[in-house]
Amino acid sequence: MKPTDISNPDYFHKVVDCQWACPAHTPVPEYIRMIATGRYSDAYMVNWHSNVFPGVLGRTCDRPCEPACRRGRVEEEPVAICRLKRVAADNKEDIRARLTPIPEIRNGKRIACVGAGPASLTVARDLAPLGYEVHVFDGAAKGGGFIRSQIPRFRLPESVIDEEVGYITDRGGVVTHYGQQIDSLKALLAEGYDAVFVGSGAPRGRDLDVPGRKEAAANIHIGIDWLSSVSFGHIESIGRRVIVLGGGNTAMDCCRSARRLGGETVTVVVRSGFEEMKASPWEKEDAMHEGIPILNWLVPKQVLHQDGKLTGMVFEKVKAERDARGRRQLVPSGEPDVVIEADDVLVAIGQENSFPWIERDIGLEFDRWGLPALNEATFQSSIPKVFFGGDAAFGPKNIIWAVAHGHEAAVSIDLFCRGEDVTRRPPPDVVMSSQKMGIHEWSYDSGVSLDLRFKVPHAEHEVALRDIRTEVELGYDRELAFKEAQRCLNCDVQTVFTTSLCIECDACVDICPVDCITFTPDAEEAELRDRLRVPALNLTQDLYVQDGLKTGRVMVKDEDVCLHCGMCAERCPTGAWDMQKFFLETAKPKAERVHACQAQ
Amino acid sequence: MSFLPKPKLHHPKLPVNALGYTRRDYEGAISTLCAGCGHDSISAAIIQACFELDIEPHRVAKMSGIGCSSKTPDYFLGASHGFNSVHGRMPSVLTGANLANRDLIYLGVSGDGDSASIGFGQFAHSIRRAVNMTYIVENNGVYGLTKGQFSATSDKGSKAKKGVVNTDEAIDLIGIALQLGATYVGRSFSGDKDQLVPLIKGALRHNGPAFIDCISPCVAFNNHEGSTKSYDFVREHNEAMNFLDVILGREAITTEYAPGEVRDVVQHDGSVLRLRKLHDEYDPTDRVGAMHHLHERKAAGEIVTGLLYIDPDPQDLHENLATVATPLNRLDDAALVPGRKALEKLNASLR
Repeated sequence: MKPTDISNPDYFHKVVDCQWACPAHTPVPEYIRMIATGRYSDAYMVNWHSNVFPGVLGRTCDRPCEPACRRGRVEEEPVAICRLKRVAADNKEDIRARLTPIPEIRNGKRIACVGAGPASLTVARDLAPLGYEVHVFDGAAKGGGFIRSQIPRFRLPESVIDEEVGYITDRGGVVTHYGQQIDSLKALLAEGYDAVFVGSGAPRGRDLDVPGRKEAAANIHIGIDWLSSVSFGHIESIGRRVIVLGGGNTAMDCCRSARRLGGETVTVVVRSGFEEMKASPWEKEDAMHEGIPILNWLVPKQVLHQDGKLTGMVFEKVKAERDARGRRQLVPSGEPDVVIEADDVLVAIGQENSFPWIERDIGLEFDRWGLPALNEATFQSSIPKVFFGGDAAFGPKNIIWAVAHGHEAAVSIDLFCRGEDVTRRPPPDVVMSSQKMGIHEWSYDSGVSLDLRFKVPHAEHEVALRDIRTEVELGYDRELAFKEAQRCLNCDVQTVFTTSLCIECDACVDICPVDCITFTPDAEEAELRDRLRVPALNLTQDLYVQDGLKTGRVMVKDEDVCLHCGMCAERCPTGAWDMQKFFLETAKPKAERVHACQAQ
Repeated sequence: MSFLPKPKLHHPKLPVNALGYTRRDYEGAISTLCAGCGHDSISAAIIQACFELDIEPHRVAKMSGIGCSSKTPDYFLGASHGFNSVHGRMPSVLTGANLANRDLIYLGVSGDGDSASIGFGQFAHSIRRAVNMTYIVENNGVYGLTKGQFSATSDKGSKAKKGVVNTDEAIDLIGIALQLGATYVGRSFSGDKDQLVPLIKGALRHNGPAFIDCISPCVAFNNHEGSTKSYDFVREHNEAMNFLDVILGREAITTEYAPGEVRDVVQHDGSVLRLRKLHDEYDPTDRVGAMHHLHERKAAGEIVTGLLYIDPDPQDLHENLATVATPLNRLDDAALVPGRKALEKLNASLR
């Protein structure tokens, strides 16, 4: 098998499963170690540089990092990465002085951002420090986009949004145009901006199309619109009996909000099975914990109404079946229909993009799903100076994806404004540093905690359900945060092998607690995987292979369940194994000096 | 050595044996020996062998004397019986324990100082008395605990770390063991577990004095150029006589061999030692031939390894002495203290 090229940053980056899985590639173990040592502000700044909204994300992130966490493979549950992030945000000191400074002198370039959601604000945050003048337009009165309008207050207090949006908009370089909905891209382009970023989200909730929909319209609400009316205080109550349609996170937010606005019997009804629901497992859990049943395999058939008032809904019972071509289909199960009585129905069955404000004759191409035709790496559209990001780019995703898009689009816009090729992407910043401090001393805490995941304390039900503004999750206190942080395996502290130093004494093989190291004759990858001390069956995890040993064998390390405990390096008599910290920061536009000079 | 305990977490797909134990369940405390010590590899091989043989840890008594090697029983089989005796006195303690309870598996672990110097006599007599045991010498040819003087197994002409040449003849423990009647004799190398693990398994299943000389490089004091017990030297001069597979009754034999290539030796307990021959002329059941071959290859500068001699049907100390079949701790008071009349009868028979 071909020896592993560890000079390719992707190799070790993949080993840090959480960072690799994070769309913004946040250096997770780095900030978790900081939390463990009480360096909350430092941990916050590591996050802020990568994901821009640590306080918001620490409460609301979709956490792609957690299912990826190696801890979940060697034990039961992953590290509570997301909630540790919140600990950093909750416990930090005033960090305003540490934010990237905004230069007094502008570089003369003006950028327009459509929408003030996470994607646009990320673009603004990345570009303003380089001297760009970023104009952010949004129809709402405040910034934040759907972070503000759709996430209920019991999950995310408004003060957190104000704070983190403020770090971007209140420090100069960014001009906000709130309350100003862009209704023509043509007109915006005519204003002579050097580049335009469209981060307008996926603002249209999908509607229901069954008999009775029109007649009972007064009691049927589109989920995201209803949530934003609740957020802005336009709606303060709902009927006693509520049906929520849909199985995504919006549906979970709807049902839990309804529970707080007077809904006594709130029922979630989902077309598909429980496991297949799009909502995150923890959001489903939280909803059920608040006494909200989730009913599966029910397809809406009819809305019942009397005298223009909704009285309930009829659902058809279905089951999943594969058709002749292997596609999964929902077919009637033959069981009797289910009738659920209700006063109000919330429809949270998906979101769509809509660009009524983009003229179709200005050269901007759309694909057949109505999404802009974009270069997937640069986010550039068919009009070179127009870039997209967030839900507006590739359809509805989540905050952390919007941030990741924002970073990439900012890099593109910077390259574009400097007249460079936007497809030539700058490489990430990578630093490898040995953690060895003494014969058996490492500059990281290499002991492996045996604790199981700690639960985040919640507010009492009676208190939580009384007021929609009462935050349900109380967050870890410092002590719990320390214990949870200790569960992190420090996957960024890499096992680096130097063949020329190895005397093949087997010490590393013998001591490795998870049997990941094998010395064996070389073979093709499939055969090697099978021949290891414990066969490497997880094909998503790489083998680290090095040749050139005296006996002609190869060293093979299965990265899958390595605990990064450093025992191999401690036991190595010659230092052939070393524990080196891999720090990767994705490329951000950082030509500030060049720009500032040019402006002068 | 390491300051932190080895993490308890293990590979989620780690196999379990017939008793439901993983290999990790056969480990002991974390080793405090120098990093890279061959002894740690031998401990790992013992752990692997006991795991593969489905041995109940509480049926093993591990005994040792003094020295780096004699510390190692702390690092494996944490749930077994153990005795750390005076320097060089492991064989007599083991003999005594074996006489008292013949039902346990006795594993003696010693070093070249413990067995070839201070305990040379003890070693010799336990072998010639045919104590049923597995006697492993972790042989690094150096006094590592006292910073690297030559030991009694250092080869004549080999060099110490600072360049001093050894002028004394070396004791060849294999030769002595063969001469004194060990019925299972093997030599191996800590850096070759494929050979060592089956060799230990065969020894543990052997019903007589089984002796294994295991060359184990001392990374701190005897792993340099001029040493004849370094990783490099042993790898270059290792001449394996055979490869061994230990096959227990319940295992299906799946591997195909060419005729004449393998030789099966059935031990007393029914276990099959399957020897894959590397040297056609070598017959491991011929004691005199083995001794001859050993001397011949040594003169040629080779280190002969593998299962060198096996008597498939040995007789042990208990048979020789016609002792009671029941361990002493399971005999009742009447049997253990037969009384004045029995004593008088015994004395009379000796007059």
